[in-house]
Amino acid sequence: MDGIAIYNLTKKYKDVTAVDGLDLQVKKGELISLLGVNGAGKTTTVKMLSCLTRPTSGDAQLMGKSIVKEPGAVKAIIGVAPQETAVAPGLSVRENLALLCGVHGFDRQKKEEKIRELSEKMGLASVMEKKAGKLSGGWQRRLSIAMALIGEPKILFLDEPTLGLDVLARSQLWDTIRTLKGKVTIVLTTHYMEEAEALSDRVAILKAGRLLVFDTPAKIKESANADRFEEAFIRLNREGDQ
Amino acid sequence: MRMWTFAGRNAKELLRDPLNLAFSLGFPLALLLLLSIIQKNIPVPLFEIRHLTPGIGVFGLSFMTLFSATLIAKDRESALLQRLYTTPLTPMDFILGYTLPLIPMAVAQSAVCYLAAMVLGLAPTVHVFACILFTVPISLLYIALGLLCGSVLNDKQVGGVCGALLTNLSAWLSGIWFDLSLVGGTFQVIADLLPFVHAVELQRAVLLGDHSAIFPHLWYVLGYGIALLMLAVTLFLRQMKRQ
Repeated sequence: MDGIAIYNLTKKYKDVTAVDGLDLQVKKGELISLLGVNGAGKTTTVKMLSCLTRPTSGDAQLMGKSIVKEPGAVKAIIGVAPQETAVAPGLSVRENLALLCGVHGFDRQKKEEKIRELSEKMGLASVMEKKAGKLSGGWQRRLSIAMALIGEPKILFLDEPTLGLDVLARSQLWDTIRTLKGKVTIVLTTHYMEEAEALSDRVAILKAGRLLVFDTPAKIKESANADRFEEAFIRLNREGDQ
Repeated sequence: MRMWTFAGRNAKELLRDPLNLAFSLGFPLALLLLLSIIQKNIPVPLFEIRHLTPGIGVFGLSFMTLFSATLIAKDRESALLQRLYTTPLTPMDFILGYTLPLIPMAVAQSAVCYLAAMVLGLAPTVHVFACILFTVPISLLYIALGLLCGSVLNDKQVGGVCGALLTNLSAWLSGIWFDLSLVGGTFQVIADLLPFVHAVELQRAVLLGDHSAIFPHLWYVLGYGIALLMLAVTLFLRQMKRQ
């Protein structure tokens, strides 16, 4: 069984087709990146896979659960860190983590264990009592990912996790994401080519809602006859225009 | 359990904002004190403490609309709701989670208002306790308005519509500051059709212990409260689907 199996997934908004017949299979524990220019359909794809938006047609199975027929079961096995920082600003870091433990129905003992485990794993121990709204962008992103991991997801969606972060904060977050590789199936959307290349097992390049290519970064460079990944991305996008 | 966790979070966010406390408690208390002083110097029947306190209590509740609408609008803008929509929380958990924490806050606000009024000379009778209890249906009306506005407006729009327009409209059309019959005409007809004056009259009747005068004001408050809550739930679910 694949971690994610997408079949002819399509989303139309009136006259605009945001995602057009997407087919994709992601192995369990694999980290894939969705790459594409603005409007390529990355965020819409993530929204459909995380049951935030219903597909116009097609379906996807996450660990064998259909996003169309079993959204409740899908929600129980996924974690989502949205594009914008999604934390409760008036609550402390600890309270934010406790909030997510509560909405996942954990008892007191499991809640305490989870908070301790994630504060260590995500390096949040030093800011546990600080209000989330007062943290820097990098800390908020880290908390946001920790919150997405609370429900012990089998599949994790990271929508542009390092957007707007400085080089140091981005590097720290990359290290954090690397620690999750192999344990959780991860779908990452990003605009940063070097990020996709550094972190991904495979990269799916989308253009105007369609899949241009889905392969390892090395093979994508090879097929585009490019030395650098960014160059390969640009070349493939231009070829897609012709 | 899930709903209560979410409700607890909302209560913390509301109570930790010092502006919320200043407006919900400080502003009504300051008005009560100021108008009582004016009443001592220039006696006006409308500002007698037994007449004024129910109005100020209801006026204070109009801030519940502002608080709930602001919280929901901010949550929608910050993508926190988007995250929570991907968790096992149900639509009913969201609606109750936003509504329930505000009810005890409204009751506490009303209790503080009546306590202050007793210090200023209001007779401490059992009817005061009844007034505090009758805050619940009135608070539902204002909370539903907040849920409704928070579901359709953004943070800035909420500030304008709920913070300025609604608090003023509900005050002018409620007969707190002036006798509506002095204006009369279309103004009074509109005021009588809306629930705000009925909320104040309901509290005044309860405070006087005049049970027959509770109606039809209670029906107006409950009718508007239920209708607004149903509309608010519909609009909240609609924006939830759009997310």
